[in-house]
Amino acid sequence: MSKTSNYVSTTNACKLCTPLGASLAFRGVEGGIPFLHGSQGCATYMRRYIISHFRESIDIASSALGEKNAIYGGGPNLKKGILNVMIKYEPKVVGVATTCLTETIGDNVPMFLSEFKKEFSELPLPEIVQVATPSYNGTHTDGWHGAVQAITEQLCLEKTSASDTVNILPNMVSCEDIRHLREICEDFEIASTILPDISETLDGITLEDYVKIPTGGTPLKDIKKMSGSKATIEFGRCLPEKTGGASLQERFKTPNYRIGLPIGLRESDVFFETLSKISGKKIPRRYEQQRGRLVDAFVDGHKYVFGKRAVVYGEEDLVTGLCSFLTEIGIDVILVGTGSKNKNLETHIKDITRDVATCVPEVHEGVDFFDIAARAEELKPDILIGHSKGYQYAKAWDIPLIRVGFPIHDRFGGQRTKHIGYEGTLSLLDRIINALLEKKQNDSPVGYGYL
Amino acid sequence: MSKAILEERKDQVHRTGHGNPVEIACNKESLAGAVSQRACVFCGSRVVLYPIADALHLVHGPIGCAVYTWDIRGALSSGPELHRLSFSTDLQELDVVFGGEEKLTAALDELIDRHKPKAAFVYSTCIVGIIGDDLEAVCKEMSLKKKIPVLPVMSEGFKGNKRAGYLAACKAMFQLVGTQDISDVPKLSVNILGDFNLAGEIWIIRKYFERMGITVVANITGDGRVEDIGRCHGASLNLVQCSGATLDLAKMLQETYGTPFIRVSYIGIEDMADSLYQISDFFKEIDPTIVEKTETLVREELSTLMPEIARYRKDLEGKKVAMYVGGSFKAFSLIKAFRHLGMKVVVCGSQTGTKEDYNELAEIADPDTILVDDANPLELAEFIKEKNVDLFVGGVKERPIAYKLGVGFCDHNHERKEALGGFEGMLNFAKEVHSSVMSPVWNFVPRRANRNKGVNKETGNV
Ligand code: SF4
Ligand code: SF4
Repeated sequence: MSKTSNYVSTTNACKLCTPLGASLAFRGVEGGIPFLHGSQGCATYMRRYIISHFRESIDIASSALGEKNAIYGGGPNLKKGILNVMIKYEPKVVGVATTCLTETIGDNVPMFLSEFKKEFSELPLPEIVQVATPSYNGTHTDGWHGAVQAITEQLCLEKTSASDTVNILPNMVSCEDIRHLREICEDFEIASTILPDISETLDGITLEDYVKIPTGGTPLKDIKKMSGSKATIEFGRCLPEKTGGASLQERFKTPNYRIGLPIGLRESDVFFETLSKISGKKIPRRYEQQRGRLVDAFVDGHKYVFGKRAVVYGEEDLVTGLCSFLTEIGIDVILVGTGSKNKNLETHIKDITRDVATCVPEVHEGVDFFDIAARAEELKPDILIGHSKGYQYAKAWDIPLIRVGFPIHDRFGGQRTKHIGYEGTLSLLDRIINALLEKKQNDSPVGYGYL
Repeated sequence: MSKAILEERKDQVHRTGHGNPVEIACNKESLAGAVSQRACVFCGSRVVLYPIADALHLVHGPIGCAVYTWDIRGALSSGPELHRLSFSTDLQELDVVFGGEEKLTAALDELIDRHKPKAAFVYSTCIVGIIGDDLEAVCKEMSLKKKIPVLPVMSEGFKGNKRAGYLAACKAMFQLVGTQDISDVPKLSVNILGDFNLAGEIWIIRKYFERMGITVVANITGDGRVEDIGRCHGASLNLVQCSGATLDLAKMLQETYGTPFIRVSYIGIEDMADSLYQISDFFKEIDPTIVEKTETLVREELSTLMPEIARYRKDLEGKKVAMYVGGSFKAFSLIKAFRHLGMKVVVCGSQTGTKEDYNELAEIADPDTILVDDANPLELAEFIKEKNVDLFVGGVKERPIAYKLGVGFCDHNHERKEALGGFEGMLNFAKEVHSSVMSPVWNFVPRRANRNKGVNKETGNV
């Protein structure tokens, strides 16, 4: 790829900024409100962006720094901002994430916060979690994982009595995915702590009133007890060394199982087997059935997809899971792109596709859509799989775009898209095959009635 | 402890018609922790300049600022579409430590060669303001090297609000003015300022001018072109829509070139017609036939529009509206437009209104209308409930507030994809309002269905 070697600027980025990921994660804690320490614009932009995907209000507070604060430091605004948020929102948890601005001026947020706690110790203070999220140092996925780690480290402080609960740190999956996870745990009869849990807080119901902070989210009391859980399962092959799960293991010896996002047959198998192993329970028949149905659909659909050439882009762990799945059904993933860097993506994808793939995908980290498009154009894909931002390219090349992940802002229902487990995989499979069939049908001058 | 309106924000809310003078505090910095609906200086500049379709728009900063503004509006172009791409220097840690000038130079060098734009705008963001890159120097050097205008836009986000961004944008554009030949510009000519060609609205307006025999020199900035802006000083009159965005440019043109401007609005029947009449009035000395042409135009348009409006009005009569818009100028037109539909505006807020704006608003608004400056979700929700409105008008960030409360919503912000300007736009507007307000879905939402009595408790708002 010509440009990646002498990277200069970004054209149509394939990533978002760090505090956005942190904001999403904080939103998945019960009674939690995200708070960006920086200028007003960042918070407003991120809200707008998140709303366009979830179609859900998301209040992100900001310390709304002005010029003077930028010069003399943002401490006073941070404190005042938290007080105002307390008055208006009565949060249980305030998740403070820094922005580029406050990272650059070097605000010492932990210090401000401990001062704050002292100064206002007579007030009923919420829990305050903070995470450093300079955007020039990563992408929204780093912000997400950073926030999850911060939540566990700053809220789960002591070893609690041993329980049968399983912690699940699900990575950046959809609200529907989380609901599915919960359902799986219930069917296994496993108590679970899913962190964060955006299933209700970012996909709420209509009510009589505007909710300041939506119900749902991972209960605070459960977070505090994560140390005593039987184990943690965290999804993501591309995770940093330090994560929430790793931290629980290091501090409290809570065993941590790091597995790939359960997309496709084999990665889902790993997940169900891990659950079964940890809990000592058999995989419920229901999921054996789902698995069987998935394999059945693989067989039914194989001719329509074999040898089709796919370009996959987006978050590092999502694309890894997708590659695993796509190679299982004989789709040649010819190009994988992510805006993230230093995730060892190539190795992970090689690992997961090694024994199955008929071709070795080209993998690129730190790319934007200019890079992806330049290379993809040469490779002539049949299908694009990724979030909404690839739309203009799919349109230009007249090939289908299967929308997965975040953001989906040119279609309805991104928050309800199921990606994980046998069921999620099956729905992805249906969508992919149908998109290819539709293309075939539309391209045909006679438009076959049976395909 | 919970309160919908923070003490410090009390003076930014006003109720009309109690004999009390409008003393609304505005143009203030947003309050920390208040979850303002406002954006930043950069946002102001970006939204004004972005529709210039043959310019390169490079955001100098970390990735977020650029990516969140990537093609977010429906600003259409009849030709090049360079504006729809998102360029950023995507500053990394090392750039922040050692300065980003080198990277900026390299980026401009590469992007200008690749896309051959007519000009480049380089936006400064918060972080650039802090690390102190000399944008002006880099731009100057690149201008010389590439032989196109490379213009710095001094839009560090924290240096005020959106309004400051408008000024920065106008200053940048003004550097283009006067660079092109104007010898062939006719007398009957205008510039369209402050329309962004959302969903092709400028094309509707331009057709009206064509029928009046008026030449449009430059669209500023919807479907805009660098060269047109370069010769916009040749036009006889500037038409300024939207109070904030391009008024500064009109003033600069007046000061430097003596071009007069008038403020117009293409929203709603009255204001659209009134704007056209004002324009024909301006030109009637040069071309006396223009008055008749304009009258004919308005008559023709209204004769097709009014019967259709009447159909919608039957259903909409008496429904109540709350709105929250960027600039308050639009609010005037909307209040009148809603009156044509038989609807009443009962809450009216803006992000960036001025004292004069609010005074004027108070004058045309019905008694007991709530006026609010720089509101936030909780306040808006409170007002919607208090007034029990049927429709909320706002932007993307406001939509879920309305929907969660079970209230219809109409997007009249920068992201709309339906043309709502001009007479045709009024019909689209009526259609959209009608289809939202009259939808049966509202029967099923808890607030109207009287369901989920226990839910209030759950929301913690009581
Ligand atoms: S960093 Fe500054 S310029 Fe960029 S979005 Fe945030 S407030 Fe606006
Ligand atoms: S300044 Fe940083 S945190 Fe703010 S929007 Fe830009 S990239 Fe994101």
